Amino acid sequence: MPGKLKVKIVAGRHLPVMDRASDLTDAFVEVKFGNTTFKTDVYLKSLNPQWNSEWFKFEVDDEDLQDEPLQITVLDHDTYSANDAIGKVYIDIDPLLYSEAATVISGWFPIYDTIHGIRGEINVVVKVDLFNDLNRFRQSSCGVKFFCTTSIPKCYRAVIIHGFVEELVVNEDPEYQWIDRIRTPRASNEARQRLISLMSGELQRKIGLKVLEMRGNAVVGYLQCFDLEGESGLVVRAIGTACTLDKLSSPAAFLPACNSPSKDMKESPLVHPPSHGCRSTHNSPIHTATGSRLTQNFSVSVPTLIYTGMGSGSAGKEGGPFKALLRQQTQSALEQREFPFFTLTAFPPGFLVHVGGVVSARSVKLLDRIHNPDEPETRDAWWAEIRQEIKSHAKALGCHAVVGYSESTSICEEVCILSASGTAAVLNPRFLQDGTVEGCLEQRLEENLPIGCGFCHIPYDELNMPFPAHLTYCYNCRKQKVPDVLFTTIDLPTDAAVIGKGCLIQARLCRLKKKAQAEANATAISNLLPFMEYEVHTQLMNKLKLKGMNALFGLRIQITVGENMLMGLASATGVYLAALPTPGGIQIAGKTPNDGSYEQHISHMQKKINDTIAKNKELYEINPPEISEEIIGSPIPEPRQRSRLLRSQSESSDEVTELDLSHGKKDAFVLEIDDTDAMEDVHSLLTDVPPPSGFYSCNTEIMPGINNWTSEIQMFTSVRVIRLSSLNLTNQALNKNFNDLCENLLKSLYFKLRSMIPCCLCHVNFTVSLPEDELIQVTVTAVAITFDKNQALQTTKTHVEKSLQRASTDNEELLQFPLELCSDSLPSHPFPPAKEHLESASANSGIPAAQRATSVDYSSFADRCSSWIELIKLKAQTIRRGSIKTTVTVEKASPMGEGNFRNRSAPPCANSTVGVVKMTPLSFIPGAKITKYLGIINMFFIRETTSLREEGGVSGFLHAFIAEVFAMVRAHVAALGGNAVVSYIMKQCVFMENPNKNQAQCLINVSGDAVVFVRESDLEVVPTQQPTANCQPLCTEGEVTT
Amino acid sequence: MTSELDIFVGNTTLIDEDGLWVGGTVSDAVALRVRSGILEQTGATAAVLQSDTMDHYRTFHMLERLLHAPPKLLHQLIFQIPPSRQALLIERYYAFDEAFVREVLGKKLSKGTKKDLDDISPKTGITLKSCRRQFDNFKRVFKVVEEMRGSLVDNIQQHFLLSDRLARDYAAIVFFANNRFETGKKKLQYLSFGDFAFCAELMIQNWTLGAVGEAPTDPDSQMDDMDMDLDKEFLQDLKELKVLVADKDLLDLHKSLVCTALRGKLGVFSEMEANFKNLSRGLVNVAAKLTHNKDVRDLFVDLVEKFVEPCRSDHWPLNDVRLFLNQYSASVHSLDGFRHQALWDRYMGTLRGCLLRLYHD
Repeated sequence: MPGKLKVKIVAGRHLPVMDRASDLTDAFVEVKFGNTTFKTDVYLKSLNPQWNSEWFKFEVDDEDLQDEPLQITVLDHDTYSANDAIGKVYIDIDPLLYSEAATVISGWFPIYDTIHGIRGEINVVVKVDLFNDLNRFRQSSCGVKFFCTTSIPKCYRAVIIHGFVEELVVNEDPEYQWIDRIRTPRASNEARQRLISLMSGELQRKIGLKVLEMRGNAVVGYLQCFDLEGESGLVVRAIGTACTLDKLSSPAAFLPACNSPSKDMKESPLVHPPSHGCRSTHNSPIHTATGSRLTQNFSVSVPTLIYTGMGSGSAGKEGGPFKALLRQQTQSALEQREFPFFTLTAFPPGFLVHVGGVVSARSVKLLDRIHNPDEPETRDAWWAEIRQEIKSHAKALGCHAVVGYSESTSICEEVCILSASGTAAVLNPRFLQDGTVEGCLEQRLEENLPIGCGFCHIPYDELNMPFPAHLTYCYNCRKQKVPDVLFTTIDLPTDAAVIGKGCLIQARLCRLKKKAQAEANATAISNLLPFMEYEVHTQLMNKLKLKGMNALFGLRIQITVGENMLMGLASATGVYLAALPTPGGIQIAGKTPNDGSYEQHISHMQKKINDTIAKNKELYEINPPEISEEIIGSPIPEPRQRSRLLRSQSESSDEVTELDLSHGKKDAFVLEIDDTDAMEDVHSLLTDVPPPSGFYSCNTEIMPGINNWTSEIQMFTSVRVIRLSSLNLTNQALNKNFNDLCENLLKSLYFKLRSMIPCCLCHVNFTVSLPEDELIQVTVTAVAITFDKNQALQTTKTHVEKSLQRASTDNEELLQFPLELCSDSLPSHPFPPAKEHLESASANSGIPAAQRATSVDYSSFADRCSSWIELIKLKAQTIRRGSIKTTVTVEKASPMGEGNFRNRSAPPCANSTVGVVKMTPLSFIPGAKITKYLGIINMFFIRETTSLREEGGVSGFLHAFIAEVFAMVRAHVAALGGNAVVSYIMKQCVFMENPNKNQAQCLINVSGDAVVFVRESDLEVVPTQQPTANCQPLCTEGEVTT
Repeated sequence: MTSELDIFVGNTTLIDEDGLWVGGTVSDAVALRVRSGILEQTGATAAVLQSDTMDHYRTFHMLERLLHAPPKLLHQLIFQIPPSRQALLIERYYAFDEAFVREVLGKKLSKGTKKDLDDISPKTGITLKSCRRQFDNFKRVFKVVEEMRGSLVDNIQQHFLLSDRLARDYAAIVFFANNRFETGKKKLQYLSFGDFAFCAELMIQNWTLGAVGEAPTDPDSQMDDMDMDLDKEFLQDLKELKVLVADKDLLDLHKSLVCTALRGKLGVFSEMEANFKNLSRGLVNVAAKLTHNKDVRDLFVDLVEKFVEPCRSDHWPLNDVRLFLNQYSASVHSLDGFRHQALWDRYMGTLRGCLLRLYHD
C-alpha cells in the first residue's frame, strides 16, 4: 500500500437549476477512484452548496495512482426517480506524485457535462501521501517528470540526454462497442473520456518505466497522440526524450541553464578539421531508395524525401580523423539505442554539431481490427518500420541522429498514413553518456570556434552524391562547406547568426483522388504521395527564394487523407542564415521562345518576381554584407553548378536539364513555364500577401531578429471549415480554395489582433483535416506577442521604466481585482454616494444635456478605467470633488449595508479570486521567469449536442466548447497553484456535424506544462511596488471618510 | 466555397471597444463599421470584417446571460477577461439611449409597456433589439433593488457593478418607475433625461424615508423601501404649508419681504411683483396636493404649468429665477406666524433645485 489519496469536497457554486418547481438543486457529490466510491451528504435546495465534507481517503497502489484519474461526479438528489447527473470533473493526480511539483491540488473546477458543457463549479482539495517503495520490480514509475516542452525546461540543467522513448497502447473504442447501441450518448462519451484518461495514465507510467531503466529521471518533449481508428480501435501513443535533469538550486541569473555556462562551450567539440573530400549535394531530390512493399496487412511505404542532399549510405567515408573520432564516439553512444532520435527542437549549446537536413518517411496502411489489446504488435511494427527508414535516411546524410523528431497519422475510413519526420544531425556525445567526456575532444582551436555557423556545415560526404548540388565555403568562417539551402524541423539555434527577420512560409496543395476501397485506395494514395511531397517541396523552395531567404526552420509537413482528395500543408519559418550563400533570384523560362507576346508576358512576370524579391528583402531587413568572389573561393567544381527546380509531374527530368540559364544571374533558380498549371503556380506565388505592417509571423518558438518582447501575450485557436461546391472540382480550383482559406484565415487573425501591433504571431500551428467529402477544416493555434519596436536590447533607463509600468499593470491584474471585489462587498462601502449631493449635483448641472444623455463618455471610459485601481481612484475623486463628506454618512451606511449583506442573493464575493492564467504554445513567457514546473496537463474532452441550432449552429457550438476547454485547462493549472501553461498544444480537434439531425460532436485533446512564473520586473521591484499597490485602496478610503 | 464554420477563441476574450454588439443585427454592425472607415485603416476585406463581427456577436451572446447579474461575470471561469474590459462590458451593456429612456421614464415597467416598444423603436430610430435590452435592463435593476433596503445607488452599484454615474442614472429610472411620475406630456418634451435624473436625485436625498437619516432601531422590522418611496408622513405634513397662501396677511407679508429684498436686483421686478401671488399659490398648492398619488404623478406637469411656463412667458432670465427662489424660500423664515420652517425647508430646498434645473427652453 504505497499511497494514500485524500480528497475533500468543499463547495459548489453556480449550479444549474435541476428542480423546476423550486428553481433550486439538491446536490451531492460522488468521489470515485479505481473501484472505491465515496459520497457527500445531500445539500438541499441550493445552487451554491457548502458540503465541507470530511477527507475521503483512498488507499491505493502507486501504479493505480498513475493510471487512474480521480473522478468527481456532481448529482441532483431525487427521492422518487434516479438521481440526475449534473456533470463531472476528472482530475489527473500525476502532478502530486513527484516531489518537486505541486503538493496539493485545490481550487474551483468547472463541472463538465458532455451534453451540456460547463454547469457550475466545484471546489475540491486533493492530497497524496506517498510511501517509499523499494521494490525493484515495481510496475510504477512515480517520480519521473514529464514535460511537453521540446527543450530543456528553464529551471533545470541537462546532465545526460538519454534518447528516444516510445510506447503505445491500444484498446477498443467504446463508441464502437455493441453496448453503444443501447446506452445514451452521455454514457458513451463518458466511457470514452475515462478510457482515454486511463490509457494515457498507463502510457505515461510505461514510458516512465523505460526512463527509469535508462537511469533517467525525466521525459522532455513528451508528445502523446490518439488515433481514432474507428471500428478497428483506439490507439494512444507517445514519444519523448529521456533525460537526467538537475534542478538549478538558485537560478540567480535569468538566463536558462542551457544558455549560460561558457564551460560547456569549451568542452564542445564544435571544431573539426577543414580537410574534406569532394562532395556534392543538391536541393530538389526525391529519394526513391525505398520501394513499395506489402506486409501482411498491405502496406505501402512511400518514397520519401530527404530535403537537403541525397547520399547513398556513405557515412563512413569522411576525411578528417577528428570527425571520424567524433563520429565513432557518438555512434557508440547512439548504437546502444535502437533509434537515435530526439524529440527536442532546441538544445543546450554545443549539443548540436551539424545539421544534415530534413528526413521524413511515410507509409500507407490498411487498418484492421485490433484483436488483442494487450499485444499491440502490429502498430508497434508499423512504427518500427518507419523509424528504421528515418534512421537509414539520416545515415545517408552522414548523420547518426535525428533531432526535432515527430510522428503523426492521418486516418480516413480504413486507410491510415503514418508519417515521421525529423532533422538528421551530428551530435556531441558529451551529453549522451554518463560522464564520458573524452579528453581528446576538448582540445585546441578554442579561439577559432565558428560561432553561429557550425551547425550549418555539411555533415555528409561530398562523394557519391548522385545529384548535382551547390556547396560553398561557409560565409561565416570560410573554412567549412555549407549547402546553399538548409531545411530543418528544429528551432533556430540561439547562437545562429541571422540577418534580418524571419517569416512564416507555407506550401499548400490539394490532389483529387478517386474514391476507392481498401487496397486499391491505399495504392492510389501511395502513388500520389511522392508527387505531393515533391510539389510541396517545390513550393517551399520557390517561396523561400521569393522571400530572399536561404533556410527553413520548424518545417512541418502534414499530409491529410480524405475520401476523395489528399491535402498537403507545409509550414516553416524562413530565415536568412549568415553562413549560407545569398540565394539567387527566380528565373522564368518560357517553353515557346519564338512567340513574341509570350516573351513579353514572361518578362513582365519576371519583373514582378524581381520586384517582389526586392520588396521582401526590404521588408525583412535582409541586407547581407557584400562579399567578393575571391574571398569565398570558387565553388567546388562540379558538372552542373546550378540548383534548379524541376516541374516534373509527367515529364522526365532529362528533358529540361539542357535549359540554358547563362543569361540569368548566377545561381538563378529557374521556373519553367510549360503549361497553364505552371502559370497558375507562378501567379499563386505572387498572390501570397505579406502580413500588414507591424505584424510578423513564424511557426518557431521565437522570431529570428526580434528580441525585445514585451509582456502582452494572447494565445488563440481559430477554426474554419469550408464546404467545396461539388461541381467541377479540379485540382486547380481545389488548390485555389485551399489557398484562399489559409490566406483569409491569416488575414482575419491580423485584423483581430490589430490592437497588439507591433506584434508577432509565434508558433503558428496549422492543422488540416477532411471531416467529410466536401469539407476542409483548418485549425490554427498560435500566440501573439507584442514587442517594442524602438527599445534597444540593452537595459536602458526607459527599459526600467517600462518594466516598472508593466509591473504595476500586472500587479493590478493579479492583486487589485480581488481587492476591488472585496471592497465592493464590504458592509461599510468605502464610497457610499453622498446623501448630501446637492453641491456636487449643482456642479453637474452645468453639463449640457446632450452630453449627459448617454450617461457615460465611453471613448474615454475605457482609457480611464484601464484598471480597477484607477476606477477606485476615479470614484474617490468624484466623491471628494463633489461633496462634503461627513463621517455621519458612513456610520449611517454601515448598518444598512449589513442588512444587505445578509439579504443578498449573489454569492459572497469574499472568496472570488479568479486568478489570471496565461496560456502559450511557447516554452517561455516573455518578460517572466518560470520558477517551477507543476506537472503535465493532458486533457481529453468530448462534447456533443442534439440541439445544434439552439446552440448557435456549428460556430456557436464549437466556439463555446473551445472556450470551455480553455477554462478547464486554466482551472486545473490554477488548482495546482500555477499561473500559466507553457508548450500548450491542441493535438486534436475532431469535429463532426449532422445538421439534418441537428447534431454535432467534437473531440479535443490538449496538453501543456503547468508552471509558476514570476515577472522579471517583479523580482526587481517587489519591495517598492507591492506596498503601494496594496495600500492604495486603503489610502483613498482614508481620504474619503475624513 | 462557402464558410461552414468560422471561429476565433482567445485565451483572453477579445471585447470590441465599439460595442456595436449590444444592439442591432450583425449586418447593421458590419455596415456601421464599414462606414467608420475601418476597412481603409486596416486594409482588411469585407469578409474579414464580417467574420470578426460574427465572432463578437457570438461572444456577446454567450456573455449576455452573465451580464444579467454582473457579479457572475467576475466569478465565472469560462471567459478570461481583464478587469478593465469587464467594466467596459458591463457599462456598455447597461448603457441606454436618451431618446429611449425619455419614452419610458416614469412608466410602469410591465409587459404592457414592453409591447409599446414596437412603436418606440421606429419613433426613436433605435433598433427593437436595443430597445428590448434597455427595457429589460431597467426592469431587471428595478426588480433586484425593489425590495432592498439601504441606499438605492449603493444597492445598484453593488449588484450591477455599474460606475457611479450610471448607477445614479439607474437610481433615477427606478425611482421614477416606482413613483410613476408623468414625463411624457407634450409640455414636458423639452426636458431631458438629465433634468429628470437631477430632480430624482434631489428627491431621493430629501423626500424619501432614507433621507430622514433614521437608522432603523430594529433591523428586522419591515420598513418601506428607504429610497424608493416618498416619505408619506412628509407628504401629509405638506398640507400645513397651505397657510402661506390661505392666510392673506401671511401672503402679503411674504410678498413684501421678497419685494423689498429684490427691488433693484431683478430685471423682471415688476413682472415678479405682479405675479408673486400666482406663483406662490402655484408652488404651495403643488405641495398641498402631494398627498394624492395622482397628483404626485403629475408633479412635473404641475411645476412646469404653475411656475416654469409663467416665468418663461415673462422672459425671466435664469439668474432672476434663482434670486427669486432663494429669496422666496428664505423670507419665510422671517414670517413670525409660520411654524413649519423645517418642513418648508425640506420642501423648498429640493423644489428650488428642481425648478432651477427645469427652467430652460
